[in-house]
Amino acid sequence: MFAQTTSTAQAVATTAECPECAGTVAFNGKTLKGEIVTCPDCGAELEVTGVNPITLDLAPKEEEDWGE
Amino acid sequence: MKIGLVYSRVRFEEKLIIEALTKRGIDHELIDDREIVFNLTPNSTAASNGHDTNLASPDDFKRFDVILDRAMEFTRGLYALQILNSWGVRTVNRAQVVALCGDKLLTTAALSQHGVPSPRTEIAFTPEAAMQAVESLGYPVVVKPVIGSWGRLIAKVNDSEAAEALFEHKSVLGHFLHEIFYLQEYIAKPGRDIRIIVMGDEIVSCIYRASAHWVTNTARGATASPCPLDAALEKIAQDAAHAVGGGFLAIDVIEDPTRGYLVNEINPTPEFRGSETATGADIPNKLIDYLMRVASSK
Repeated sequence: MFAQTTSTAQAVATTAECPECAGTVAFNGKTLKGEIVTCPDCGAELEVTGVNPITLDLAPKEEEDWGE
Repeated sequence: MKIGLVYSRVRFEEKLIIEALTKRGIDHELIDDREIVFNLTPNSTAASNGHDTNLASPDDFKRFDVILDRAMEFTRGLYALQILNSWGVRTVNRAQVVALCGDKLLTTAALSQHGVPSPRTEIAFTPEAAMQAVESLGYPVVVKPVIGSWGRLIAKVNDSEAAEALFEHKSVLGHFLHEIFYLQEYIAKPGRDIRIIVMGDEIVSCIYRASAHWVTNTARGATASPCPLDAALEKIAQDAAHAVGGGFLAIDVIEDPTRGYLVNEINPTPEFRGSETATGADIPNKLIDYLMRVASSK
């Protein structure tokens, strides 16, 4: 009922469109859902919300109780 | 052996842990903390409407031998652990440990109760009482939120005018927890602090975090380098870990010029990029070994 295991969650090499500026974000073959990447064009922090195909959304804003 | 990993984001640390689990062929599942819906009343006799197939019940988690909490939001992680522990699910760390370590007031109280040296700390509940406290502590004084990380919202206050302004701002603009005034003596540390990562009774790494800024979190740009572990450091780290109940912890120690080592804080979901890079310690695999020890413990 939870997320996929990593053997099925990794994406193959591909690109995805930045939801902020429509720039192209490139990925290698080890991308995992939940990773944070930076758009090379506009610098927006993006979260990988899905793989196969890769989908991106703006990363959540830091909350006050985030940390270690 | 089946390990569950509750996560918010796949950061450097989570990637290394996942890679190590995969490489060792250990069965694991990634659990996005934003997608969980816990059934907190699994024994309820209320009739189901048939739309609750995603509800997580005890059996969904009892499939795991141990759950590793890597939630980035302290509050979310703590509540998840409290539910899981109430269901008898083993977790790293345990909810009660995270509850103590995630709140600086409770951490300092636990350290004090167990005789572990830490900076002098005073607590006040109003700006007026906080002013009295800082006058007795003497300037500069350090003001911290009781819940927070990465050096966020901590302040070094150099005089009473700045203290008055800060307390007013916290009182007027802040969340109610900002009216719990956690006030600490300023320690003139030598431009660095020490981070020790422990897993149970084992110390797995020890680093200096150095910065020209008085805040020495690596999240704020401090640089990591290996720190030799002496007997006193080893003892204070283990004493601190025991004081909060033990587990996988990052213990931050500062060096006081006259009193020696003082425990500043304890982090219950450690980031370990700096520790791993500076020391070469294989923290992901040591963590997996620790998880397996916890899973097989009685």
